[in-house]
Amino acid sequence: MGTLVNSSARSARPEMPERALQAFLRKLKSGDEIAHLVTLLFALTILLITGLLFFELYVHSAASRQQFGWHFLVTSTWDPVSNQFGALPFVYGTVVTTVISLLMAIPLGIGGAIFLAEFAPTNVSDSLTFVVELLAAVPSVIYGLLGIFTVIPLLRDDVDPFLQARFGFLPIFQGPIYGVGFLAAGVVLAIMIVPFILSVSRQILLAVPSEQREAALSLGATRWEAIWKVVVPYARTGILGSIFLAMARALGETMAVTMVIGNTPQINASLFAPGYSIAAVIANEFTEATGRVYLHALIELGLVLFVLTIILNGLARILILATTQRGTAHT
Amino acid sequence: MGALTNAQVMKSYENKTEDSAGQLTQSADCKFRISRLNFYYGPVHALHDISLRIQKNQITALIGPSGCGKSTFLRTLNRMYETVRHTRAEGEILLDGEDIFSMDLVALRRRVGMVFQKPNPFPKSIFENVAYGLKVNGASKGISLTDAVEASLRRAALWDEVKDALHKSALALSGGQQQRLCIARALAVNPEVVLLDEPCSALDPISTAKIEELLFTLKENCTMVIVTHNMQQAARVSKYTGFFLLGELIEFNETNMIFKKPARKETEDYITGRFG
Amino acid sequence: MRRSILWRKSVNIAMIGATGLCATVTVASLILILGFLAWKGAHYITWAFLTQLPAPVGELGGGMGNAIVGSGKMLLLASVTGIPVGLMAGIYLAEFGGRTISFMVRYAADLLNGVPSIVTGIFIYTVVVLTMGNFSALAGGLALGVMMIPIVVRSTEDFILAVPGNMLEGALALGVSKWRGVATVVLPAARRGIMTGILLSLARVAGETAPLLFTSFNNQYWSRGWDSPIASLPVVIYTYAVSPYKSWHDQAWAAGFVLLALVLLVNIGAHMILSRQHSVQRG
Repeated sequence: MGTLVNSSARSARPEMPERALQAFLRKLKSGDEIAHLVTLLFALTILLITGLLFFELYVHSAASRQQFGWHFLVTSTWDPVSNQFGALPFVYGTVVTTVISLLMAIPLGIGGAIFLAEFAPTNVSDSLTFVVELLAAVPSVIYGLLGIFTVIPLLRDDVDPFLQARFGFLPIFQGPIYGVGFLAAGVVLAIMIVPFILSVSRQILLAVPSEQREAALSLGATRWEAIWKVVVPYARTGILGSIFLAMARALGETMAVTMVIGNTPQINASLFAPGYSIAAVIANEFTEATGRVYLHALIELGLVLFVLTIILNGLARILILATTQRGTAHT
Repeated sequence: MGALTNAQVMKSYENKTEDSAGQLTQSADCKFRISRLNFYYGPVHALHDISLRIQKNQITALIGPSGCGKSTFLRTLNRMYETVRHTRAEGEILLDGEDIFSMDLVALRRRVGMVFQKPNPFPKSIFENVAYGLKVNGASKGISLTDAVEASLRRAALWDEVKDALHKSALALSGGQQQRLCIARALAVNPEVVLLDEPCSALDPISTAKIEELLFTLKENCTMVIVTHNMQQAARVSKYTGFFLLGELIEFNETNMIFKKPARKETEDYITGRFG
Repeated sequence: MRRSILWRKSVNIAMIGATGLCATVTVASLILILGFLAWKGAHYITWAFLTQLPAPVGELGGGMGNAIVGSGKMLLLASVTGIPVGLMAGIYLAEFGGRTISFMVRYAADLLNGVPSIVTGIFIYTVVVLTMGNFSALAGGLALGVMMIPIVVRSTEDFILAVPGNMLEGALALGVSKWRGVATVVLPAARRGIMTGILLSLARVAGETAPLLFTSFNNQYWSRGWDSPIASLPVVIYTYAVSPYKSWHDQAWAAGFVLLALVLLVNIGAHMILSRQHSVQRG
C-alpha cells in the first residue's frame, strides 16, 4: 500500500526539493524574502556597530596598552609632558564619587520605592513614579549647571565647614575646603542615580507575590515588619540589580561630574579635595591630547569604562531577571 | 513503482472514501479532495491518514473532543499551519483538482478564506476592515469600494447595524458584531471556500443564532467547512459531518446519518455524550 | 525579649513617614530643578537670544541661535540614521528573527544602550573625525544616531510583539503576503508605541553633551554644510557654565531652561500618547 501511494500520486515526500524551490521563488516574488533580508541587514548593522566600537577602542589604545600594560591601572602619575600615564587617580576618583553617591542614593531610592510600592495608593504611586522617571530624563549638563551654582556654594559655605567642625577628626573631612571636590561630585551623582534605584526597585517590589505579604500580615506583623522582614528580603536580589544599574550609570556620568569635581588628578583621603574621574578626564583632555600615547591613554580609559559598564549592566540584568522570574514562577 | 496509472490510484481512493462514507459524492461537486493527509508538529504525529471530500456549496462540519485534530485539519486546507515553525504536512489536498501545495500561497488564501475562533478585526474603521482584502490585493481598481463593502456587510447580516457608523473603529463593536465583521471581511474578496474555526465559541447565544442563520444564506455560492465543539450546531447547520478522534477521521457521512445511525461505536459514544 | 505592640506600631508609622519623605524628596527635586531653572533663566529668553549669534567674549548680549540650529541639524541627521536602523531591526526581531541572530542582536543593542555616551563619542571620533581630519556636524549627528538606535529597537520590538498574533493571522488568511500584512496591519497597530520610542530617544540624545565634545566640537558662528564644527545647545551650556563671565552664566541658565523644558515636554507627550493608546484599545 505504501508504494502505491508514493508511485504516481502527487505527494509531498518525493518532490520535497522541487516544492521547496518553487516555494522559495514564490516567496521571493511575493516580497517576504526581500523583507526578511532587508530587516536582517539592518539588524546586522547593530552587531557591526557594536563590534566596531569595541574594535576601534582596542586598536586606538594600543600604544598606551603596549607601553604601560596592566600598570596603567595602578600607577598614579598622569604627566602628559613626560608621556607618563597612570590611571589610578581617575579610578580612585570614580570609585570614591560612586561610593558616596550610592551611600546617599540607596536609602533614598529604596525608601522611596518601598513607599510607592507598598504604602501609596496605586494611582498616586503611578503618577509619582512617572515624575521620578522624568528626573532620569534630565540631561547631565543641567545637573552640572545646578551643581556649579547651587550645590557647590551650599557645600562650600555651609555643609563642608559644618562637617569639618563636627567630624574633623576623620581624615575624610580634613583639609582645605574649595566647594568642588569628591563630595560635591558624589552629591550631584546621587541625585542623578536615585531615579534608577527607585523605579527599578519599585517594579521589583511590585513583582513580589502578594502571598508573601499576606503570610506575614496574617502572623500578626505590622505593615512595616511585613515589608522589611519578608518582602524586601525576597526582592533583595533584584534590588541589588537596581544598584548595579545605578552604579553603571554613575560610572559613565561625564558632564555633571566634570563640572563639580575640580578636575585635579590626585589621590586624597579628604572628601573636600578636588579630584578627577575617568569620564571627566576624557572629556577635558581629549581635544588637547598631543601625541599618540596621550590620545591612546585616554582611549584606553574609555575602554576601561566600556568594559566596566558591560560587566555591571550584565550583572544587573541577571539579578533583576532572576527576581522577577522567581516572582512569576510562584504565582 | 509506476505500475499503476494515476486514474487507477484515484479509483482506489474513491473506493476507500465510498467505504467509510457510504455515500459517494459526485466528483464534479467535490470542492476539496483530501487524500491520506498526515500532519506533524515537530516529531508529534498529529493527523493520521485523513481522506475525505468536501462538497461544493454545502456546509461540512467537523466535530470531535478537544485536541482531536479538527482545527489542525482545518488549517491545512488554507496552509495556515505554515506560520508555525516545525510543522509538516504530507499527503494530497486538491482544490477543484489542483494541488494546493504547488499553488501560490497567496492565491490559495484568496480562494479559501478563514474566520477564526476569537474575532480579530483590525484596529481600523469598519469600512477599512472590510475593504482591506480588496485594497491590498489590488482588486479595488475598477470597482467601487463602497459598493463592495456594502455588499459584503449585507451578506454578513451586519449592514443595518453599522451603515451609519462605517468610519468608527471596529474595536468598538460587540463580540458578535465583530465576528460578523470578520465574516464580511473574509467574504469581501469573494472566496470560493470559507473555513470557520469554532466561530461562535466566544459568542453569546443570540449572536451564535444570527451567525448560524447567515451561514445558511451564504452557502448558496460558497463552500463552508466549520469546526465546532457544539454538536447541536453541527446538526443544525451542516449537510455533511466528519468525526475526528485523536488525529483520525473516524467517520464521515451525511449529517443526519452521523447523528441518527452512526456506523462506528466511537462516533456513537461521542454523540451520546459518553466522553468529550 | 518581647517588643511591646506600641513600640512596633510606632516604628510602623515612623517608617511610613520616613519612606514617604524619601519619595517626596525625590519627586520634589524635579519640581525644584525645573522651578529653579525657570527662575534663573526664563527672563533671558528673548527673540534675540533664540536667534542671534553669541557676542564676543566678555561682551553683553548675543544669543544662541547657532546652538539651537546646530542641535536641530544634528538631531535631524541622528534621526535619519538612527530611526531606520532601529525600526527595521526591531521589525526583524519581532517578525522574522532566527533564534541565535535575534539573541545576538538584542544583546548588542542592550550593550550599546549601556555604553557611556562619552565612549560613543570616542568611537565616532576614531571612525569619522580621524578619517575626515576635522570635527563636523556629520560626526556629531552620527554619534547621536548611534545612541538612538538601541532605544528605538527595543520599543519597536516590544510594541510589535504586543500586537495580538491573531491580527496578522487574519491578514494572512485574506491572501496577503507576510511583509504586507506586517506593514499594513501590525505596524499601524503598534504605531503609537513605536512613535513614543522614537520621541523618547530624540529627547534623550538632544540633551547629550559628552559625545559631542570631540565630534562636533563647537562653533561661535553659523556653520554651513556638514563637514565643519558646529555649535549645539548642550555644549554651549557647558562652555558658558564653566566660564568666568556672568553674562554667559545667565545665558547658560536660559538655555538650560529651554533645553530642559523641551526634553520634559517630549517625555510627557510620549507618555500621554501611550496612555491614550491603552484607553483606545479598551474601547
